[in-house]
Amino acid sequence: MSFEALTDSLKGAHGDAVLEAVTEFGDPFVVVDPARILDVMSYLKDSPETNLDCLSLVSGVDYPSDGIMEVVYHLDSIRRNTPYTVKVKVDRDNCRMPSITSIFKTAKWHEREVYDLSGVHFEGHPNLTRILCADDWVGHPLRKDYAWPEQYHGIPCGPFAMEDKNIPPEWEIEGFTTKNTG
Amino acid sequence: MAVSEIHGDVRTEEFLLNMGPQHPSTHGVLRVVIRTDGEIVLEATSHVGYLHRCFEKCAENVTYKQVVPYTDRMDYLAAMHNNVAFSLGAERLLEWEEFIPRRTKIIRTLLCELQRIASHLMSLGTYGLDLGAITFFLHCFRERERILDLFEEICGQRLNYSYVIPGGFAYPWPDSINDKIRDFCVFFEERIDEYNQLLSTNGIFIERTRDIGVVPAELAINYGCTGPMLRGSGLRRDLRFDQPYLIYDELIEQKVFKMIVAGDQSYGFDWNVGVLGDCWSRYMIRALELEESRKVVLHCLDLLEKEPVDSHDLIKQARRAYKAKKGQESYVRVENPRGELGYYIVSDGKANPYRVRARGPSFNNLSILSDISEGSMVADLCAIIGSIDIVLGEVDR
Repeated sequence: MSFEALTDSLKGAHGDAVLEAVTEFGDPFVVVDPARILDVMSYLKDSPETNLDCLSLVSGVDYPSDGIMEVVYHLDSIRRNTPYTVKVKVDRDNCRMPSITSIFKTAKWHEREVYDLSGVHFEGHPNLTRILCADDWVGHPLRKDYAWPEQYHGIPCGPFAMEDKNIPPEWEIEGFTTKNTG
Repeated sequence: MAVSEIHGDVRTEEFLLNMGPQHPSTHGVLRVVIRTDGEIVLEATSHVGYLHRCFEKCAENVTYKQVVPYTDRMDYLAAMHNNVAFSLGAERLLEWEEFIPRRTKIIRTLLCELQRIASHLMSLGTYGLDLGAITFFLHCFRERERILDLFEEICGQRLNYSYVIPGGFAYPWPDSINDKIRDFCVFFEERIDEYNQLLSTNGIFIERTRDIGVVPAELAINYGCTGPMLRGSGLRRDLRFDQPYLIYDELIEQKVFKMIVAGDQSYGFDWNVGVLGDCWSRYMIRALELEESRKVVLHCLDLLEKEPVDSHDLIKQARRAYKAKKGQESYVRVENPRGELGYYIVSDGKANPYRVRARGPSFNNLSILSDISEGSMVADLCAIIGSIDIVLGEVDR
């Protein structure tokens, strides 16, 4: 099924949830209402017309100038080969939306990762904890306004941390320069 | 404690066991917390992130071409696939697809399949090692070494190639290598039989792997498992066939190679060793894919020798600006030895990507571990983890 056919099928079932269908920026996608994501996803997965049974990827893309956080779901059908992209736009200052772990188990780890790196809270996730960063890490690194911490448990971090003056003296090695010579 | 006391107390109680982060059979830095009852695994929870090095954050601050060396470190056993996947993604984003010459596509296909052989050899070899078959590991490494020598001659690197870049290659293709690759393929044909005699049909190995870690097809789809994990459960899914990229559509048309699916009787091979979707099926998918990849490499060499070099194409590409339109985005996936590897790239019109998101097959394949290891023996957990064939560099990114 083509992108148009899938979108028409989705609009037929949940017309009020589909906000727009965009085709001008490379891969086409639909934008849906975050509050209705569970309806949309369960329709796309279970309906015999669409049958998008595989969730390939969940990503968070931050747009601070618009004040939104995009959550992008890349779906695919193993048996029918029809990739499909669903986007959700949430307020980036109050990033909350329903979790789809009850529909796709892939979302268990992917939503944890989006929470960890982009700071989207998925309500209803069974175990929404950090997955890649350490449990006591502060902030969500893939937000565009992320400020690097000066140190983590005494280890200087951030870009060019080693050039910084706040290297503890015991880290200094004689004859070894930490300055960026390139 | 006296022996009599031990015999008097046969009751078992739940016990938390830490497997990893430094454990030889976890293939990297993976920590699995196992809740056991005697020898039975009640629950296995995987903790990842020990190798996290902010690939996605780094990629936002460099140009498209500079992202390529970071992708090498994702799946370091199949670095060529990572290079190709990112380059294809960037090319679609930058709208360069029509400028890529056919010769470039042929070479990329050849490199991908050569890399698939090397990666599968590593996977099969270490799987044997996990289960105690050390000889097999040495045989696999001997042949893998020859492939790495070929790669070294092509691009000067043995593991992290950075050879395929958006638009073409980092260095020109050395034509003198063609004969060496052909020699290797001829030499390798007999080796495949040797592997099957050594391990695939070995009674002890089959007993260790059959009926263990069974992945039902529906569960595999729901968890987003791909590659040998999915084909081992009997599902026909291979991106090279289903959504062809590079020159795979042409190869399929000419029936150069076929998809290996567990339970497919057309292969002249009896799959009824264990249950469909067990560790042995997944192992066997990889073992049989060696031969298919070898055929593709040979076919690509034939095509390559007929294809003229058009240096003007390369110059035209080099002069093109590395800038995409504002708001442009692409999600490109390729079939890596472990499954579907994808890069989602968003541009805001600058020379660096606005957002890069990687979909690693190992990340998805590993997430199923807690479901399939429930109720298995502790010793079988090594067999299950080995059969998933994870690379932690890609899981943690």
